Amino acid sequence: MSTEDTLLYLDGVSVSFDGFRALNSLSLVIEPGEMRAIIGPNGAGKTTMMDVITGKTRPDTGTILFEGRTDLTSLREPAIANLGIGRKFQRPTVFEMHTVWDNLELSLKAPRRPLKTLTYSATREDRARIEEILDITRLSPRRDRPAGSLSHGEKQWLEIGMLLAQDPKLLLVDEPVAGMTDAETEQTAHLLKDIAGKHSVIVVEHDMVFVRELGVKVTVLHEGSVLAEGSLDTVSANKQVIDVYLGR
Amino acid sequence: MLTRFFLMGLDKKAGVLLTVLAVLAVAVPVMALGTAPDSPWHISTHTVALLGKYLCFALLALSLDLVWGFVGILSLGHAAFFTLGGYAMGMYLMRQIGSRGMYGNADLPDFMVFLNWTELPWYWHGFDQFWFAAIMVMLVPGLLAFAFGWFAFRSRVTGVYLSIITQALTFALMLAFFRNDMGFGGNNGLTDFKEILGFDIQAASTRVGLFVATVVALAAGYILASAVVASKLGKVLIAVRDAESRVRFLGYETDRYKLFAWTLSACMAGVAGALYVPQVGIINPSEFSPASSIEAVIWVAVGGRGTLAGPVLGAVLVNFGKSYFTAALPEFWLFALGGLFVLVTLFLPKGILGLAAQLRDRLPARATVTAKPADQKGV
Repeated sequence: MSTEDTLLYLDGVSVSFDGFRALNSLSLVIEPGEMRAIIGPNGAGKTTMMDVITGKTRPDTGTILFEGRTDLTSLREPAIANLGIGRKFQRPTVFEMHTVWDNLELSLKAPRRPLKTLTYSATREDRARIEEILDITRLSPRRDRPAGSLSHGEKQWLEIGMLLAQDPKLLLVDEPVAGMTDAETEQTAHLLKDIAGKHSVIVVEHDMVFVRELGVKVTVLHEGSVLAEGSLDTVSANKQVIDVYLGR
Repeated sequence: MLTRFFLMGLDKKAGVLLTVLAVLAVAVPVMALGTAPDSPWHISTHTVALLGKYLCFALLALSLDLVWGFVGILSLGHAAFFTLGGYAMGMYLMRQIGSRGMYGNADLPDFMVFLNWTELPWYWHGFDQFWFAAIMVMLVPGLLAFAFGWFAFRSRVTGVYLSIITQALTFALMLAFFRNDMGFGGNNGLTDFKEILGFDIQAASTRVGLFVATVVALAAGYILASAVVASKLGKVLIAVRDAESRVRFLGYETDRYKLFAWTLSACMAGVAGALYVPQVGIINPSEFSPASSIEAVIWVAVGGRGTLAGPVLGAVLVNFGKSYFTAALPEFWLFALGGLFVLVTLFLPKGILGLAAQLRDRLPARATVTAKPADQKGV
């Protein structure tokens, strides 16, 4: 497969912080429409990987191509977001003072320039889309509540809803079920699987039950590079993976 | 569409404030000009100018609230923009003196004659025209704010560091304007004004006219700020205040949003300064002093940060207190101001306007009867 057909292409990406190699020649390929789970012990570089993809951290060396042509290493966060890469943080970060509705309206795909937002008023389609997302994320009854008053699980869902509103080509989802109940975890897995049809998704997660629920290709990171890749059963049987991660 | 844009920000608070301003705009002229000097309803020219000064400060507080309350940029140098606007107006007023100055020089202001200057510096040209000065009143603070913001926001200077730089900015300007060779009158500043637009600046009618102009400017500034805050842009600004990096990951260039609010705010402060100068009759570098900017922050905090109406109220109340204390107990004023700031920070985090909401929360019985607004948003 050539690079042009990939959605996201990382090759030899390295990042050091004060001598600590957070990413060590990391290479990873995500295809359009693919869902990928990334697992690995703490400090394996999962969050740093998300940071370099979204422009928060600049890699020291390496190539990151989006859709096979756009070099992400030279772009700032907003530019990367506007290319179609959305991110959900580990700790849910929603705009607490804004209502659930406004959080979604701010995320909704629309012109992002100041003068456009100054004169913006929601169209019928915009409102319909927000309604739809409220239904999907089951937040309809909470729409006029400030996001700060939501429960932890609801915030996670709101943030996934915000990602949906952004309608990105690639979603980076960092530990979506951390702190969720079992029922919520299962619902979230269903939600992400629904999304995966239309978008590519990278999920970073510790929760093995959840990863199994997703049933997708798994990449194991260790010390900043890929240790193993394949189905969960394949990587679970991998001797090295058991040694560094699963077995402990 | 434009009307809708300006109306959408107006709520009940705005209604009250704009009504009060409208009443002032009618009542003050009538009481100052239409009543006999011995009538109990009469107010003196001095009082009119004092009220006008308060409202100029209110406009400054409003502009500061736009950036501090809604974008989270704590400017400790906002008086710099106010003073620059004031100087632009002062330069116009100086040129209006013409040959009536002490030295009778038709082209040069007195202080330049005193310094043995022979011709007008290039940057004084055009200020004999009111329209030119009126543009400069907004353009100069606006440009400075834009340039400053461009570098500061792009370099992602935030929080207390940004506050310190704004403080340094106003301090640097103060030192620069103190110098005689800057051509702005050194430490004496610009004063001894005679006329504005051909009207005698001391006349009661001119003072009333300036007061009304200030009321109009404050109302316009309030309506504009409300509209900006209520728009989607305003929601982005609040989001930047609360979680800036999250906003970037949504694809918004947050520097541009901050720059927009910051520059708009500086222009508003410039207008406030321009209206202030003819009413107090002088502008000098001490207006640039860091203390002036910090006082403005106190007005906003006292009135209620992030409420727009609160800072207007705060500016008027604190300055009324200042006028009273500096006359009655001059040595007590700074303690009162400092104490006020401490009390407000400790007990009224949302200022006077937040007090009502705070009291409501304390009384659960009443809170439950408060009707929730109907769910109309999704319709």
